Amino acid sequence: MNLSLATFPTSIDMLHVGLAILILLFMALFFKKQRSSSDHKLGMQKQDVSSQASVKTQSKPVQLKESSPDAALQLLALLQQEARLIDFTQEDLSAYSDADVGAAARVVHEGSKKALNAYFTFAAIRSEDEESRITLPQGFNAAEVRLTGNVVGEAPFTGTLIHKGWKVTEVTLPKLTEGHDTLLVAPAEVEL
Amino acid sequence: MSDLASRYSVGIDLGTTHCVLSYLDLEKAAADPALEPELTIMPITQMTQPGVIEEKSQLPSFMYMAHESELNEADFALPWAARPNALVGSIARNLGAKTPIRLVSSAKSWLCHSGVDRRADFLPIGSADEVAKVSPLKATVEYLDHLRCAWENQFSQYPLAQQDVTITIPASFDPAARELTAEAAKLVGFKNVTLLEEPLAALYNWIHACGKTWRDKVSLGDIILVVDIGGGTTDLSLVAVTEEQGNLTLNRVAVGDHILLGGDNMDLALAYRVKAKLAEQGKELQAWQIQGITQACRDAKEQLLLDNDVQTVPISVPGRGSKMLGNTLRTELTREEVREALVEGFFPKVEITDHPRTARRGALTQKGLPYAQDPAVPRHLAAFLSKQVDAASDVINAAPETDGHFDPLAQGFDAPSMVDFIKPTAIMFNGGVLKSPMLENRMLSIINQWLTEAGAQPARLLSEVDLDLAVATGASYFGYVRQGQGVRIRGGLASTYYVGIESSMPAIPGMEIPLEALCIAPFGMEEGTQTTASAAEFGLVVGEPVRFRFFRSNTRRHDEAGLQLDHWQDDELQELPELQATLSVATGRVKGDVVLVQLMATVTEVGTLKLEAISANITDSNDEAQRWQIEFDVRD
Repeated sequence: MNLSLATFPTSIDMLHVGLAILILLFMALFFKKQRSSSDHKLGMQKQDVSSQASVKTQSKPVQLKESSPDAALQLLALLQQEARLIDFTQEDLSAYSDADVGAAARVVHEGSKKALNAYFTFAAIRSEDEESRITLPQGFNAAEVRLTGNVVGEAPFTGTLIHKGWKVTEVTLPKLTEGHDTLLVAPAEVEL
Repeated sequence: MSDLASRYSVGIDLGTTHCVLSYLDLEKAAADPALEPELTIMPITQMTQPGVIEEKSQLPSFMYMAHESELNEADFALPWAARPNALVGSIARNLGAKTPIRLVSSAKSWLCHSGVDRRADFLPIGSADEVAKVSPLKATVEYLDHLRCAWENQFSQYPLAQQDVTITIPASFDPAARELTAEAAKLVGFKNVTLLEEPLAALYNWIHACGKTWRDKVSLGDIILVVDIGGGTTDLSLVAVTEEQGNLTLNRVAVGDHILLGGDNMDLALAYRVKAKLAEQGKELQAWQIQGITQACRDAKEQLLLDNDVQTVPISVPGRGSKMLGNTLRTELTREEVREALVEGFFPKVEITDHPRTARRGALTQKGLPYAQDPAVPRHLAAFLSKQVDAASDVINAAPETDGHFDPLAQGFDAPSMVDFIKPTAIMFNGGVLKSPMLENRMLSIINQWLTEAGAQPARLLSEVDLDLAVATGASYFGYVRQGQGVRIRGGLASTYYVGIESSMPAIPGMEIPLEALCIAPFGMEEGTQTTASAAEFGLVVGEPVRFRFFRSNTRRHDEAGLQLDHWQDDELQELPELQATLSVATGRVKGDVVLVQLMATVTEVGTLKLEAISANITDSNDEAQRWQIEFDVRD
């Protein structure tokens, strides 16, 4: 799995931090969706259908589901464990040299890559090369492909693929014991 | 019998560092015998962190002896037990990384270490008395029991105890270690257990993967060398391809010594190299940093051992506190360093005449694992191939190049001058270490250089699919083969066993009493067979433990049971730990009486060797000769 993070230069700026937080947000959102559906595989599609439907019948109020934060907390714990993500984001980087930040960023990158690949399977939504011209047929899935820029006229639409998109095809998050406190994302450590 | 027939054939790779479980649905396979049966790896449910349960294809073979204040009740549960009796698997390895004094590791290597009482609770070794201890046997029981629970969590209708279970062991396991493994399985409750040698399991997996085409990939007279380098041990075996009633058959003709040398040594070697480099820069490392470096090196090694252009992989070990920046240890591992440390260090280009530098340490002298002193795998291999030069001459005597008049004597005189090692024609690699193409190629090129220099054809590679899981899948396939399907590899005892008899002669000062060796179990003795009681009789004292000296040879393959040797070459016979028998006082005898017994050997269906002393003249109430079991594992 090639996360584009790998191609960034070794001296790191806030971009890495931003990207990491984005990933986190994306995951948290994704779980909200997962939780609301009983079926993992169909979860995305069902969501799509309902969102299309809601566009057409906007007048009806939509019941929003409150998701349990457990899955998001669990992911946070995993990213802290493998990638020290919380430690990294809680630090003030301004006092450190790029070399120091770079060394820490390697830990974050290596670890989050390991954690994400262990629990998620990613696939590109579009298989075409980025910056190539593609055509979207009528009835394309608006949740999968976002139209931007000069959005006028009728489908089929032809435009430039800017980002190929990511989707998660499989999630296997660890299970938790009944009494496990997910809020404790990293226990304090005392060496005797 | 049929209503008790097991539904699944289950293969368990009980590794030094990992366990894997694979299964085959026998019912499904029987429904359509034409189809190659499907082998499945069971994801093993295990705790990975306190309160976190995951499924992984491997169960790390570690056990953690937790302190009572270490874990909350709520975080200490498995799906099948609110309070499991042992912490094994990933959780044990993870907790043990920071608290090594409570970590039990390498139980399997201890199981094969004859210098210790393997039923005594002494692991984790060297820890404070306060830390609860287990025996190597008990640790093995816990790993198997975890697998049993994980299985029954998934297949509640088919208790593992009732299934056909095949447990793999190193080919070099001695009779005592085999017996202990079988005993561990019995303690877990397994009813139908068979032991299978790991290299053979890998070969079975290959046969299964090839399907019907395996017969096209080997031919009559082929000698297959299986090199299995796992996390903790290196295991060598030779399998000869022969013909029986027009069908190709496979015969395991030789196995190597037990060599404690594996992937873990290699990771440590890299870590110490990096440590030395940092020390040059004036950085002293603490134990936890070395641990972190070992882990990072393991990952970096995988990248650097691939055939790619990556020249350096950065190694960063963050500080332990929440302040990461400024505390992160930085260095790098270069391709050249990996090449030097691993390829040249563990796989140097050596000649076939180049054997391990130092004799292996006497296992009885120390309380520590008898690690191989020479880390060079090719030297161990060269020694094995040279020692086993005649291994296949019995079974491949019908090879096409020999003419009709086969004369064993002529062969015996010619052979040493022409060849000085057995020449494999095909090679199979197994074990995690050889997943690296760089190491695999190096190993193959060394062997082929030996072959070419000796004027033989280079050996071809029989490739395995997944070197980590092959042993387990091969073992579950073996369960299917045992039912009479597919090809069975013939094995039997890989050594000839002897007991030592001190000659009765007057003692002469300064001269050792000459020792004779009585063969009690011949080479190749198959499962489910027994020898006839030896003609030689021993006078044994009733009611007191009596000890025998015990020997084995993996080169003298023609000695029949009952043969008495009065001289042999030094390296032909290897002394094993003593045997012990306590003859219970039989009816009509009093303690201290001497009875005459004969020795008889049985290779059980399970695959263990059993020795019995049979009374020559006492019979019990059923008119049967009285028997006493002889123990391999002598407790002091």
